[in-house]
Amino acid sequence: MSALLELEHLSVTFETPQGPVHAVQDVSLTIEGGSIVGLVGESGCGKSTLGRAILRLLPENATVAGSVRFAGRDVLALSPKEIRDLRGRNLAMIFQDPMTRLNPLMRIRDHFIETIRAHNPAVKSGQALERAKKVLADVRVPSDRLGMYPHELSGGMRQRVMIALCLLFKPALLIADEPTTALDVILEAQILQLLQSIMHEYSMSVLLITHNLGLVAEFSDRVAVMYAGRIAEEGATPPLFREPRHPYTQGLLRSVIDLETTSLYSVPGEPPSLLGETAGCPFYPRCDKRMAVCETVYPEPRLVGEDHRKVACHLY
Amino acid sequence: MAGWFARGRTSLVGRLIGTFLGQSRTIAGILVWIGLGVVLTILVLALLAPFIAPFDPNTKVASPELPPGGAFLMGTDRGGQDVLSRIIWGSRVPLAIIAVSTTISLALGLPLGLVSGFAGGRMDRGILLVMDSIYAFPGLLLAIAIAAVIGRGILNISFAIAVVYIPTYFRVIRNHVTSVKQEPYVEAAVALGMPRRRVIGRYILPNVAQSIPVIFSVNAADAVLTEAGLAVLGLGLPPGIPDWGFDISLNWQRFDVSWWATFFPGLFILILTTALTFVGEGLNDILNPLLRKREYKAGAQA
Repeated sequence: MSALLELEHLSVTFETPQGPVHAVQDVSLTIEGGSIVGLVGESGCGKSTLGRAILRLLPENATVAGSVRFAGRDVLALSPKEIRDLRGRNLAMIFQDPMTRLNPLMRIRDHFIETIRAHNPAVKSGQALERAKKVLADVRVPSDRLGMYPHELSGGMRQRVMIALCLLFKPALLIADEPTTALDVILEAQILQLLQSIMHEYSMSVLLITHNLGLVAEFSDRVAVMYAGRIAEEGATPPLFREPRHPYTQGLLRSVIDLETTSLYSVPGEPPSLLGETAGCPFYPRCDKRMAVCETVYPEPRLVGEDHRKVACHLY
Repeated sequence: MAGWFARGRTSLVGRLIGTFLGQSRTIAGILVWIGLGVVLTILVLALLAPFIAPFDPNTKVASPELPPGGAFLMGTDRGGQDVLSRIIWGSRVPLAIIAVSTTISLALGLPLGLVSGFAGGRMDRGILLVMDSIYAFPGLLLAIAIAAVIGRGILNISFAIAVVYIPTYFRVIRNHVTSVKQEPYVEAAVALGMPRRRVIGRYILPNVAQSIPVIFSVNAADAVLTEAGLAVLGLGLPPGIPDWGFDISLNWQRFDVSWWATFFPGLFILILTTALTFVGEGLNDILNPLLRKREYKAGAQA
């Protein structure tokens, strides 16, 4: 296994009228070929921004620092044409809201034809439709849906269509940004099982961005826990869930509903504003194990324990 | 038929026609039908002028200023020419000017609006500035200035009117594009590697196209009025081409003696512009989804 995607010291800053917002700060993360990496965190912690930064989909007021290496290529240095070729072909992304991700005025078949022609303008529509039928079969969508408009499909069907559009060129990495948040629980499991099975078929890696710890525990090989734009803890899934080291991860895992107890734990306080510069550990105000040093010095992530887990905390 | 257009056609024009046909029994739909009917009738008059017009429009066929009646349904003008024949032949001018001027302003305003709205940033600012400065001039005044500089003729007048209308197409399309480009499906298309040209052509244009017919009909109505205005001011077509505006300018000083020679050309200008406004207003109600939604709500309560 080799590193497919390497993020090194990646930071994303948005220029806003109120000042710079540090949405992602100094994130380093590696995704190996053929694995599912879960990226968890609460709303607004920068996880979607991180996903978009990899595909260079951020708006113009965003500045990106650090490096993104995908299959050995420096993504941030690619020309507009090169990044277009990469998107959809090697690196694909599905989103949270499948209901609005398809052009309402275009039939499903035309979505496939357009996507194929975007990378390969010479393909005849007949050939394109053949390929569309193959990938639709892989995501278990009947091929008669090709003639329909997006509004004639359910949310789950639309997300499957989105996945199929991403699969057309067998990308090496699929970024799934909360792919099931808008869907109900039964569909959630179906879509993720689908992702897991096609992942093996297509030998594809997945970056699963979600706030749902259960999904990550069940489906991902590695987990990165994000807090206030930084990675708090990162490591292989089973040990991380068995023995969380960062106080934030511990709090997160305690706040999962447990049927044995009646009370529901929640991490006290609120996540900090990402506006302006911050010193010290961003979790300091909410941490129950805080020390004097935490307020002034940011704990650089270090490898901890036998499982070489990366933890950003002064406790270790 | 409406169903066939709505389901069977993916093309832009087919979809717009389908939307219209689906709503053709509403008040807005009836307005459009009336307007289209009148415009088509005038178009037939214009095309068949040589066969319909009873007299040659440019020769003296009777004594001047005969009142309506007998062989001269609308009387004769100061030059002894048949008013009806001049009106029939004269309908060619506004229609030709509509055709040429709307084509020019659409051909420039639409692509500029798409590109400017999509690109944003400095380029957008620059184009906006130019368009706003054109827009700041009163339309007729600008048309007078342009007509005075480049001279008479159908093409020249059409060009003058087109310049006035480019900013209208530009503004409406550009503003619509800036909102549509934020739609999640546009980001999804970009994430799939769609080149800019395809994003604009296949994802943005179809979603802003409903604005075009509305501006088109308002533009057409205004073109008729502007052309008549230029003609009345003496900046119209050279003499010898029958034209409603020109006839008004020729005869209006004799209004108390021979009112018919001024009244009938004026009436036809009014009919044509009203018909075009009907089409524009009706299409606006049908194709603008916000107005349409309000209508559904009212219908549900009734």
